[in-house]
Amino acid sequence: MAGSETPRPETSVGRRTVPLSATVEDARRLFGSDWATVVARAFRWMVFARSFDARMQGLQRQGRIGFYGAATGQEAVNVAVGLLSRPEDWIAPGLREQLVALVRGHPVSSYVDHLFANARDPALGRNMPCHPTARDVHYLSMSSVIGTQITHAVGLGYALRLRRDPGVVFAFFGDGATSANDFHAGLNFAGVWGVPVVFCLTNNQWAISQPVERQSATATLAEKAAAYGIAGRRVDGTDFFAVAEALRAAIGLAREQKLPSLLEFVVYRMTPHSTSDDPTRYQPPEFLAAAAAHDPLERLGDWMRANGLAKAAEVETVRADCDSEIRRAIESAEAVPPPDPESLFRDVRSPLPKERSRSQEVS
Amino acid sequence: MVAGSHPKDIWATATRADGMTSARVRPATVERGARAPAGVPDARRVEAYRWMVLARLVDERCLTLQRQGRIGFYVPLEGQEAAQIGCALALEAADWIFPAYRELGLALVRGVPLETLFDQFIGNSGDVLKGRQMPNHYGYRDRNFVVASSPVGTQITQAVGAGLAARRRGDAIATIAFFGDGTTSSNDFHAGLNFAGVFRAPTIFFCQNNQWAISLPRAQQTHSATLAEKARAYGFEGVVVDGMAIDEVYRAVRQARERAVAGDGPTLIEAQVYRFGPHSTSDDPKRYRPAGELEKWKQHDPVAGFRDELIREGRLTVQDDEKLWEAARAEVASAWKTAESKPPVDPLSFLDDVFAQPTRELEDDRRRLAALLAQREGKP
Amino acid sequence: MTELTLVQAVNRGLFEAMRQDPDVLLLGEDIGLNGGVFRATEGLQKEFGAERVIDTPLSECGIVGTAIGMALYGLKPIAEIQFMDFIYPAFDQIVSELAKFRYRSGGQYPCHVVIRTPYGGGIRGGLYHSQSTEAFFCHTAGLKVVVPSTPADAKGLLLTAVHDEDPVIFLEPKRIYRSVSGEVPEGDHRVPFGVARTAREGSDVSILAWGAMVPTSLEAAAKLADEGISAEVIDLRTLVPLDEAAVLASVEKTGRAVIVHEAARNAGFGAELAARIAEKALYSLRAPIARVTGYDTPFPYALEHLYLPTPERIESAAREAVRAG
Repeated sequence: MAGSETPRPETSVGRRTVPLSATVEDARRLFGSDWATVVARAFRWMVFARSFDARMQGLQRQGRIGFYGAATGQEAVNVAVGLLSRPEDWIAPGLREQLVALVRGHPVSSYVDHLFANARDPALGRNMPCHPTARDVHYLSMSSVIGTQITHAVGLGYALRLRRDPGVVFAFFGDGATSANDFHAGLNFAGVWGVPVVFCLTNNQWAISQPVERQSATATLAEKAAAYGIAGRRVDGTDFFAVAEALRAAIGLAREQKLPSLLEFVVYRMTPHSTSDDPTRYQPPEFLAAAAAHDPLERLGDWMRANGLAKAAEVETVRADCDSEIRRAIESAEAVPPPDPESLFRDVRSPLPKERSRSQEVS
Repeated sequence: MVAGSHPKDIWATATRADGMTSARVRPATVERGARAPAGVPDARRVEAYRWMVLARLVDERCLTLQRQGRIGFYVPLEGQEAAQIGCALALEAADWIFPAYRELGLALVRGVPLETLFDQFIGNSGDVLKGRQMPNHYGYRDRNFVVASSPVGTQITQAVGAGLAARRRGDAIATIAFFGDGTTSSNDFHAGLNFAGVFRAPTIFFCQNNQWAISLPRAQQTHSATLAEKARAYGFEGVVVDGMAIDEVYRAVRQARERAVAGDGPTLIEAQVYRFGPHSTSDDPKRYRPAGELEKWKQHDPVAGFRDELIREGRLTVQDDEKLWEAARAEVASAWKTAESKPPVDPLSFLDDVFAQPTRELEDDRRRLAALLAQREGKP
Repeated sequence: MTELTLVQAVNRGLFEAMRQDPDVLLLGEDIGLNGGVFRATEGLQKEFGAERVIDTPLSECGIVGTAIGMALYGLKPIAEIQFMDFIYPAFDQIVSELAKFRYRSGGQYPCHVVIRTPYGGGIRGGLYHSQSTEAFFCHTAGLKVVVPSTPADAKGLLLTAVHDEDPVIFLEPKRIYRSVSGEVPEGDHRVPFGVARTAREGSDVSILAWGAMVPTSLEAAAKLADEGISAEVIDLRTLVPLDEAAVLASVEKTGRAVIVHEAARNAGFGAELAARIAEKALYSLRAPIARVTGYDTPFPYALEHLYLPTPERIESAAREAVRAG
């Protein structure tokens, strides 16, 4: 069923990437004496994500899943948040942060069940693919409405602070969401209240077809933080070490001082917005060339090869391992039937006293 | 509730932006007006003062009328006269005003007769709005003064849209949106300023920061140091002006207008003022205002301040001033008397203007209601 | 038992809820220092502190969105929207998020937020301080919609709302905030959802109403009694869940239904009631169902007395129904 039909991710042999400037010392400072293991794990997750995205886009084309929104190009951000966050932290995701849930320990098989909207999907197949709920890893349920999770994250952060609980909330959204109501309300409330929230703005330079410079007249999106009296910083979101360093500072601010900050991770959307989108209609071809030079996976792989981690950076070996995990999850998920029709009526409201309705008396 | 100080400089360490700034991202272009215009011109200074006095007297009168139950509600502007009159004089008659509900000064300068305003406050047969809105929520198409609503901020996006429309039509005008400090938190502030930045709309955002959004002090509204700096988040310039000083306001608005009409985009002006009175006649500021704050600000009373300035400039004598107040008082009294003597609004008129043409259902409603009213009056 | 006005009863209900459970907190505009523009939250910030009675920036979107985040974490936020007319900046959060969180997460993230908001006309509030748009919310699956009409119910339904597990839109009839008063039980007084109240028993015609239209309907019923018409007044109390059984039982008894609401008629909640009666009690009807409602116009200022249903209009509809059969 799987295997041979797996579309391969584009090969990047011979492509030049912008080298990462971190030194081994930087890596040690960021991740401790265990830095090599952490970097290898990060690389493995990036390869996994790349394979997963490619595979799922293929399944969508075959009509086996209904929709898919790839996160290709922004893996460094998702992996870094997954690795640097703690179990007590919370994730308020947008469309492209499922990898954060997986790195935090949500089973791959469960996410694939969701993509197939089968009876094992924790949310009973109610949502479009890529809208999973993973309470086991404090990953909120997302809607397709842009930005609404930003205020949720701020309220959640307020609740954590009020209860004197230690967690930090990571709120994810894209460049387009900076124009949304909830961005404004959320960052404003966060500034006034002082809450442990890290606003992770993944600027992939496109809101479907709208380039970021048509989204806002500012030079950067990070500078919007000043309008709310909170810290803001623009980061190269395809540089795993730069991302990790910025996150460390923001997490520290949130954990120690209960203060919010805005991190703008500049990345390149290397795939269409979703399987329903055709970027050749609007994207200049140069964009993909620039994107290739900033491929976070290649950049990290090159760095590892240059810094004595060549074995862990063997893409084919790692990929083979990831592919088999993905294949097993797909085989298993596809064999599960769709959700019970009766489930359509569950969870509309709490299972408490029923309405005094005639139809219920009769039926 | 307010958090501790936010260290804005924690990001001092340079970010590694290896080739990061995409060539497609251009820096914000903010251009300053070529030369700063002067304050309110000589020929209009006494006129400006007269408008301020008139606004002050309308306030005084309406607060009394509301207490007497002769009008239902009132929103005073006391303390904001210089900001409003200075702004109004800096605009051209063709500029479109998108007011909130406190912009009496703008309406006066635009030439809306006192009687017309009073008709609206009463909601009588002379009211252009046919008694449909609360007092202060007026609008006069012939004055390019758009009708106000109560939800805060909705006029901001509308002003941007009108500005873009004017540009498309080739009209060299500015549009101007009025709002307060609280409105900077609203959805439409964000959307409106962002659109204005992206499309370089010929729009002026005139924020009268009167320090209180009903009971919420400015410091709890947002954590930014000023409201004007929020403009930077949208890629254009914001300026803070002393809203108690009419010349400063005039200059800032004049400059913003020049920029708008020249195609150089929008400006956010934060006029720092103080609301001397309550938010509205339904509000009691004694519940929330710290003792002494009002008194402190009253030392900067814009009306008294400008009078002293005019006397110093030799444009006004104490006697002139007394006469001016007296004449203005008479004008207010006479306009009120005329307005109050008018019959009430046609009772069936509230069924009009829902659509361009009434629906069949509304026509039925009109017939039924007419019959009911006739029955009440004992007619067959 | 204490004699209280409706707004005082809301206030007592909030005090009670906050005393019972430290997870209950309030957020909204002008609710702390100022005690709310209608004084519904008077004294609460003083008693429970600014961390639990939060004066927010002026953003309904922010109020409801952050309340949702608090609820996801397990707190029990009660959000106040100053006037129902100002709820629309938060409409996205209410309809797309609050109403759907439980469902879209397969029950993993229940989202229990209570949104209190004064609604309705009759206070000279014009277009933007008078609206009754309960139908928007009744139409959205996942929201409960509650409208008390007496002080005892205001407290009792509010406490039930706070202890419920679902989002509740709690509509407070501001016109009768102070004009009705009544005995209100002390302590943890709760009135269950989905159980209508027979405000007046009668046998000739059923008048179905909620909120501020209940006293208006009672006034009409008293006048009708003088003419020998016995009107029954049913106060629905909660529109979702609806006490359909009580509605049908009353209509089956009287054979006539007059539905009263101050919202505009077109697609108002009265249309839902009329449909249910037509579906399930048609053969008991002796006269066409009548609706006495606001007009299909925006809410006017100077002529609001003509817009709002009056006892006179209700009486006339009831009389016509009795005359019909």
